[in-house]
Amino acid sequence: MRIVVAMSGGVDSSVAAALLAEEGHEVVGLSMQLYDQRGDQTFGSCCTLDDLHDARRVASALGIPHYILNFERRFQETVISNFVREYAAGRTPLPCAHCNSDLKFTTLLDRARALGAEQVATGHYARVDRSWNGRWLLRRSADPDKDQSYFLFALTQEQLACATFPVGGLSKPEVRAQARRLGLQVAEKPDSQEICFLPRGGYAAFVAKEAPQVAQRGAIVDRQGRVLGSHDGIHRFTVGQRKGLGIAAPAPLYVLRIDAPTGTVTVGPRSALEQTTLTASGVNWISVEPPGSWLAAAAQIRHRHRAAPGRVRALEGNRAEFVFAQPQPAVTPGQAVVFYDGDLVGGGGWIE
Amino acid sequence: MQRVYLDHNATTPLHPAVADAMVRVLRDEFGNPSSVHHFGQRAKAAVDEARSAVAALLGADPGDVVFTSGGTESDNLAIRGAAEALERTGKRHLVASAIEHEAVLNTLKALARRGWTTTLLLVDETGIVSPDALRAALTDETALVSVMHANNEIGTVQPIAELARLAHDCGALFHTDAVQSAGKIPIDVKALGVDLLSISAHKFYGPKGAGALWIRRGLRLLPALTGGKQERNRRAGTENVAGIVGMGAAAAVARSKMAEEAARLAALRDRLEDGVLGAVPGTAINGARTPRVPNTTNISFDRVEAESLLIALDLEGIAVSTGSACSSGTLEPSHVLKAMGFPPHRTQNSIRFSLGAANTDVDIDQVIAVLPGTVEKLRTLTRTPARV
Repeated sequence: MRIVVAMSGGVDSSVAAALLAEEGHEVVGLSMQLYDQRGDQTFGSCCTLDDLHDARRVASALGIPHYILNFERRFQETVISNFVREYAAGRTPLPCAHCNSDLKFTTLLDRARALGAEQVATGHYARVDRSWNGRWLLRRSADPDKDQSYFLFALTQEQLACATFPVGGLSKPEVRAQARRLGLQVAEKPDSQEICFLPRGGYAAFVAKEAPQVAQRGAIVDRQGRVLGSHDGIHRFTVGQRKGLGIAAPAPLYVLRIDAPTGTVTVGPRSALEQTTLTASGVNWISVEPPGSWLAAAAQIRHRHRAAPGRVRALEGNRAEFVFAQPQPAVTPGQAVVFYDGDLVGGGGWIE
Repeated sequence: MQRVYLDHNATTPLHPAVADAMVRVLRDEFGNPSSVHHFGQRAKAAVDEARSAVAALLGADPGDVVFTSGGTESDNLAIRGAAEALERTGKRHLVASAIEHEAVLNTLKALARRGWTTTLLLVDETGIVSPDALRAALTDETALVSVMHANNEIGTVQPIAELARLAHDCGALFHTDAVQSAGKIPIDVKALGVDLLSISAHKFYGPKGAGALWIRRGLRLLPALTGGKQERNRRAGTENVAGIVGMGAAAAVARSKMAEEAARLAALRDRLEDGVLGAVPGTAINGARTPRVPNTTNISFDRVEAESLLIALDLEGIAVSTGSACSSGTLEPSHVLKAMGFPPHRTQNSIRFSLGAANTDVDIDQVIAVLPGTVEKLRTLTRTPARV
């Protein structure tokens, strides 16, 4: 079978390509160029010229064809514009999830199909399988520390049907061991940590450059509306943030709310951060049909959040409501909420 | 897989006679051509022989041929060298066509940052520079005009003799980048009436890393590299003897076979064009069909991204190209098709087929057999354009 592997130049997608090639598949490596590489800006940690070069060298060592696709325009339209718009709206975006569902398993998948490939493989730590009734399922990876199913919740049945995650059943140390066994020169390459398209100067300067209107002074107030200080733009804040408020107070203060129309940031004590319910929009159900009545599940609300138990039900208009058994701190609008049943992804959406 | 190479304008394989000549030199002639002794004399003789062969390809005097590292260096030496030599005269204006190779365009850009004014001549959809456009661009300040002999992407041949005459009437020098015409069509520097002419060995079955600049006798040119007195003080540095000998051998082969090979390639190219246009709906030839170098065609495929088509064809064993590659190896919209006034979608849906010595009717048949299905698949399965 001809399979396209999305190669970032990192160890995970390199091993993914190598394992598929070893299984005897006809592997075609594709790498996405996502932003202008000619400028002198230093970017974050993924898909730089060095990474593209690494991907090319791995492909060459594996003896598979490799091509770099220019997705600059499409990346700008689907990922960066959303990232900037979310910050401007006082929310905290999750670009990697958009990149997976709107770019890798949309545009790249289209290209793969046009090239005669039936599957797109990536180096994600997650697993796909199929239920007895033919439904495509998404599961957490075998390595709970590296699990990336949170970033893949928006994949539809059609997209999951074409998705392959060859390292999803391995732990990171096992992936590195495979890379060493296969003699891949990226075996010891450090993991990427940051959002790939951000220059090293950080996200705030990037957002302010892309959307100058957000960099406006506003008030920092307490829950009673008393002005405690001022700030240089709401994009510098995220719900649950403690540092960088510039306010001296007897007890630590946390960002509770960001109101984009007035530019007001509301702060308060940690106890006020806790929430028992949340609603989500743009919900994608994977293992189940939209549940009309309450269904027991655990909800993960950040990449590094441990899914907390509660119950979920579907609302009108692709929305959902989740009620936690225990109040949770820092439910952040713009982040994803993903509903789990054990390691099975029930579905997920965007926190409102 | 039976692979078909149709990207000879990017580079060509070495002709066997070239490889033999180079291997002999690499093995037996290690001398430095600048040395006075026996070993130096032997190396010098090999370089001189190559210089004569290259000069013969250009209808030139061997003494006016300067060896360089390739087309890019030749273009740089011609434009920077002439511009800097003329700097004191107060002539600070440079003219080039907008369909030049990056070696010319980016050299003009670099000079523009240092205070030179530059004018780029647009072309119409024929891809041929009009003498009227040049006439309108020329001023008393114009130091040099650079227009390529044949375009690398669409193959059109420019009216160099007429353009050079216009430049000279205004007191400007004339350079032509003949990288894509050398070895494919006859070149006679006197008939063209140019002052400077660049060529590159690897475009006509010679080695990479070898090129030449023909410089009209008596023309003042500041060298780009400073150092020893090699190449009559015009290009310092110990000669790339094996590369130069390879270039000479390639020039000799090209000259002896040119008429016959041009006719053969033109027939194959025309068959390819007719076959593709007949078998694939929504296709068109970019640029005038004459005058063109015999091996090149550039075809636009409606509702197809050239990037995807190139990859799909490569997976079928057919090597073609499009536009120009950028630093990461992705494809940029063609600046040539842009300069011809084509809308954005057309600058990103065009493929260049450039034929060469090894191609036969069998290759053309394979392309015509594979293309319709490949294009159809791309048209039906690609729903989200990446750039258009």
